[in-house]
This record gives sequence, C-alpha cells and structure tokens, in this order.
Amino acid sequence: MNSLQLVWKNLSQQKGNTFLSILLTAFGIAILTVLYVSSDSIEKQLDNNSKDIDLVIGAKGSPLQLILSSLYHVDNPTGNIPLTEALEIANNPLIELAVPISLGDNYKGHRIIGTDSSYLELYGLTIREGKIWNKSFQAIVGSETASKHQLKIGDEIHGAHGLSAEGHVHDDHPFVVVGILEKSNSIVDNLILCNLESVWDVHGIHHEEHDHEEHADHAHDHEHDHGSQQTDEHHGHNHSDSVHNHETESHDHDEHTDHDHSHESATKDTLATTNENHEGHAHEEEVVSREEAIAGRNDVFIKSIGQDMVKDQGLEITALLVRYRSPAAISVIPKLVNQTTNMQAASPAIETTRLFSLIGVGIDSLEILAYVIMFIAGLSIFISLYNALKQRKYDLAIMRSMGASKNKLFTLVIVEGLVITLIGGILGLLLGHLALYFITQQTSQSADFIEVFNILPKEWILILFAILVGLIASVIPAFKAYNTNISTILNDK
Amino acid sequence: MDVLSTHELVFQYPNSTPMRFQNLHMEQLQHTLLLGDSGKGKTTLLNLLAGFSKPSSGTVFLNGQDLYKLSGSALDSYRAKHIGFIFQEAHLLRNFTILENIKLAQSLANNKVDVPAIHELLAMLEMDEKANSYPNEISRGQLQRAAIARAIINKPALLIADEPTAALDDSNTQRVLDLLFAIANSYQSTLLIATHDKRIKDHFSHTYQL
Repeated sequence: MNSLQLVWKNLSQQKGNTFLSILLTAFGIAILTVLYVSSDSIEKQLDNNSKDIDLVIGAKGSPLQLILSSLYHVDNPTGNIPLTEALEIANNPLIELAVPISLGDNYKGHRIIGTDSSYLELYGLTIREGKIWNKSFQAIVGSETASKHQLKIGDEIHGAHGLSAEGHVHDDHPFVVVGILEKSNSIVDNLILCNLESVWDVHGIHHEEHDHEEHADHAHDHEHDHGSQQTDEHHGHNHSDSVHNHETESHDHDEHTDHDHSHESATKDTLATTNENHEGHAHEEEVVSREEAIAGRNDVFIKSIGQDMVKDQGLEITALLVRYRSPAAISVIPKLVNQTTNMQAASPAIETTRLFSLIGVGIDSLEILAYVIMFIAGLSIFISLYNALKQRKYDLAIMRSMGASKNKLFTLVIVEGLVITLIGGILGLLLGHLALYFITQQTSQSADFIEVFNILPKEWILILFAILVGLIASVIPAFKAYNTNISTILNDK
Repeated sequence: MDVLSTHELVFQYPNSTPMRFQNLHMEQLQHTLLLGDSGKGKTTLLNLLAGFSKPSSGTVFLNGQDLYKLSGSALDSYRAKHIGFIFQEAHLLRNFTILENIKLAQSLANNKVDVPAIHELLAMLEMDEKANSYPNEISRGQLQRAAIARAIINKPALLIADEPTAALDDSNTQRVLDLLFAIANSYQSTLLIATHDKRIKDHFSHTYQL
C-alpha cells in the first residue's frame, strides 16, 4: 500500500471537504485560465490586426472608434471620408501604402469590406482556394467565415445592410464567392472582402463619372436600416454622415443604360480592367488585375481607383489604412491630416494601448477575484486538513506505532494538499477552456479569435501555482501530523 | 542470547518523580508475564520497550540492537520489522478493512504485501471471512483477533500484548492466551504480556512483578 493509495483513502473518507476544496481550486484556476487565454488571444489579435498599419485615416470622431471599426471591426465607423481627400494624403511621398476600405454590410455577422487588392498585401494574406475578384459582386472570404458557413467557390451570399446580422438583406445584389483566404490568425479570417465598387453598387452609389450629381435627389432603391446614421449617444457624436450618404448618392442602376465611359484618362499605371455590365450598359471600368497586383506593387490604391471618376463623383470611403515609408512620417502625416483636412488620423499603436489600459482594468479586477478565490481555496484546504487531523490523530498514531516515520506522516498530509490542488488545477483548466469554448460559441464571430484549445505555457504555471497553494495550506497540518505522539494519543484513548 | 534485555531504565513524566524499572531479560521464544497493578508503570515500560517513548536513561536491547541508539526513522523502521504490539484496545484504522489494516502493517515494515499469507493468518484466527469488513462491522473479540493478526504478520522477534485479557471472563481469557501462545510459536516470536490480571500468572514460566 503506497503513499498515494493512503492519501486517496484518506481523501475519499472526507468526500465533502475534499470536493469543496477541489471545486474552489478549480473555480479559481478556471477564471484565471479564461482571463489569461482571452487576454493573450486579444493581445495577439490586436497585434496581428495592426502590426503593419501605422495610421488609420477616417472621419472625425473618436479615434478609438475609428481604430475599432476599421482594424478590429467591432464598432460602427465614425463616418465616411471623401475619396479625393484620401487620395491626396495617399499621394504623400512619406506613405508607402494606402489601402481604402469601405464598410456598410455584413453576411450573417461577418463584415463585408470593400477594398482593393493591396489589402491582401497589407495583411500578408494568401488565397487558399480560388482567386481574387475581377469584377463587382465577387468576394473572397476569410477562412473562419468559410468554414463556419460551409462556403465554397461559386456560392452566392446575400449581404445584409449595416454591421449586424439583423439588417435588411440585399436580395438583389448577391455576391459570388470566388476565393477563400488562408487562415491568417487575424480578424480577416472572419471577414468577407470585395472591391470598393461592389459596396458602392450595392448601396446605389453611382461611381461612374456622370449622373451621380444629376441623381442626387433620387430615392434610394433599397430600404436600408441606417442604424449607423443615427445619433450614437454612447459615443457622443452623430453618424448622420457615416457609412453611406444615400441622400446624395442614391440611384437606380437601371439608369446606367446610356453609360459608355472609357477610362482613357485613367493613369497609365492602371494595371488592369474589369468589365462590368449593368443590363445592357456596357461600361468598362478600370480596376486592378488583383493577382498581378499582389505580385509586385505597393501603390495600388491610387491606381486602382480611376482618378478621373474619383474627382468628379465625390465618392466616399470609410477609412484609409496607411503604412509609412519612413519613420519621419510619424510626425508629419497625422498632423497634416488633422490640421489641414476634415479627416482625422488615428494611430493604432496609441489607441491599442489606450484600449488595453481600458480593458486592463476589467481584467485586473477579475484577476484579483480569481486570486481571492484561490486564497479561499487554500484556506479551505487548510481548514479541511487541519480539522481532519483532529479526527485522524488517532489513526496517525496507529500508523506511527506500525512503523510509519514522522517524515512519512508529514509527506502524507502534504501530498493530500497537493493532490487536492492538482486535481482542482487540472479540473480548473478543463473548466476554463470549456467556458472559453462556450463563450466563443455564444458570441458569434466576435470571439472567434480566442484560441480555445491552445494551452498556453502560462497555464502550466497556473497548475504550479495551484500546487503551491496546496503546499502552503498543508504545511501546518503536516507539522502537526509530524509531531504525533504515539504513546500519548493511544494510551489516552 | 537474549532477545530483549533492559538495563537501568528510568523514565520521568514532567513534574513527577522518576520511574525506575528493574532489568528485564527474555530469551528467544520465551513467554514472559509483566504483572503489576494499575499505576505501577506497566504501560510506560511497554512504551519504552517498543520504542514509543524515549527513556530518561538506561538502555533497551532488542536482538542485540540498542533501540535508542537508532535515529527517529531508523527506530520506526526497526520497530515495524521486529516488534509486534497489541494494544489494550484494538486500535485498527477505522477507514481500512481488516485486510487493508494488515497489508498496511506489511507495507510500513517495507515487507512485500503477501495477501495469501494474510488470508492464511486470518484463517488461523478464524477471521478470514471478515477480511473485507471494516472495524466497526465486527465484534470486540474479532477486533482483538484482527489486532493480533496485524501485530504478528511481520513475524516480529518480540510480540508485546498490553492487558489482552482485561474484562474477559475465564473461558475467554483462556481462549485468548491459547491463541497468543499458538500464534507466537507459529511465527517464532518471543511473547511479553503486561497485565494486572493475576488469573493468568500460572500460564507463564517467567514473570516480572512491578
């Protein structure tokens, strides 16, 4: 009969106390596990989503909101910015890459991002299957989006207006899935990408050179739920100009029939074209051949949007994601944007730090709570072992009389404490990961980035921490066991 | 050669006068009676002989080993192997079955746990059917036999019994003595019984009066 069998025998005789101690330990460790894994995942996610982006330019408002909406896709945008103004900034020689994004719709909670191929370069994305779009209403989907909704090449998806899954569905503008992205461990895994024109088209924003102004007073064909245009009291600013200004940009696509524009005035650098037919209206719209684009350029944006149409039509985008060419830009570009334009420049690094300091308060509070629970668990183990010793001193004296050394009794009690906390610790890890699994299941795609089944090195330290609690809690009872006096106890019986 | 011998043993409880014990000599397989009224120090002497309490002075030799020259854990180990102790009460571990109590005794003596040998011993004590019973499930007499089995399983050189016949009637006293003699002989142990019960005096060739 070895020590572990003896320990198990003793623990099983005090099922209630043992169970309570194990449960308390497990709860403490579970909370710490959830905190560590989720904050680690958040940190990684924040890093992954902003590591190559030095600046985000968007509509004035909360800079944090701009970062959250444009990089992490968890908030409403602050509004839209004129494409022409964005282009002027993008032309600055201190900027290496400027990627436009336009938000407005989602597919079952996954945001549909209008952008150009430079977005793939910015995030270092590769296409696992299929190819990038070569015309409007073609989309490439993130790996998580694809797997969650079993999307494959050729599938049609219908975007819903707004940024929540409950928005009005654009039944008449389905997107065709033409590509699926490789997993990137960034928010892009949960996004759907298409070209800017698709976003404009789906909302009836006329992006050709002429009738945009003429149809300024046209009623919009779509009945959108413009949640983002409502005053957002929480953020203290008005989104009335956000996302898409349909009062001025609405139009009916059928009116394109007389369009026959050619983009001869497009810059000679324009890399490719896309032909887009709108019911008999054949207009060739110059956009970029994206595969070629990814292969080797970094000034896609300027060239990808025909500058001729940009200037004339007052097109808008939601934000411009900027990568600097040199560190000198840090002191120049934000000031340039904030002081000379109606746009704002927000630094992901600064806002992420600010965000983390905000989240950090909550995480710290929960962490303190978890440590309090662990302390209570330790106290419970101590009380349990100490009280048990009062009842067991007789048994311990018998064991001493049978030849058990003082060290043996000391070790037995210590091991009892360790076994309780080890079981509690492992159970806590399982509970923690189970809780994370349910969190990710219940929160749509917003928590998908949490690596539920990834055991962090820090978690093994948690187990060691739990064991340490067990050790500390059992030291005093163990010393009492060590000092068991055979003759006094047995002869008094 | 003496299995057990003591020399000038003295023990003093706190705030009391020292207790001095006569020298004992016990030969191998000898059955010895330690007779004395209550309060004469029988249990104290047994504690000294078993290594439970350290004497103020004097020596205890068991199989030629001075017990109190051994360090704490070495003494514990030596006791487990060479001394079997039957307390006045059975003192079995309550959460262990009879079989587990005896297995633990083997284990603590660093002997291989020999379940067939345990069953053989329990059969000899007419206790085999109670092997898997817990102490609170058996009678007082069975408890005492279980305690005897636990004390003898490691074939100790010295088997000590403290008041084994207290509160027993004559027939049961005779039965317990017969059992102890038989078991001690079977397992080649020297038997020392401490009691105040003068009825059993005639069963022993060697008696020490306290």
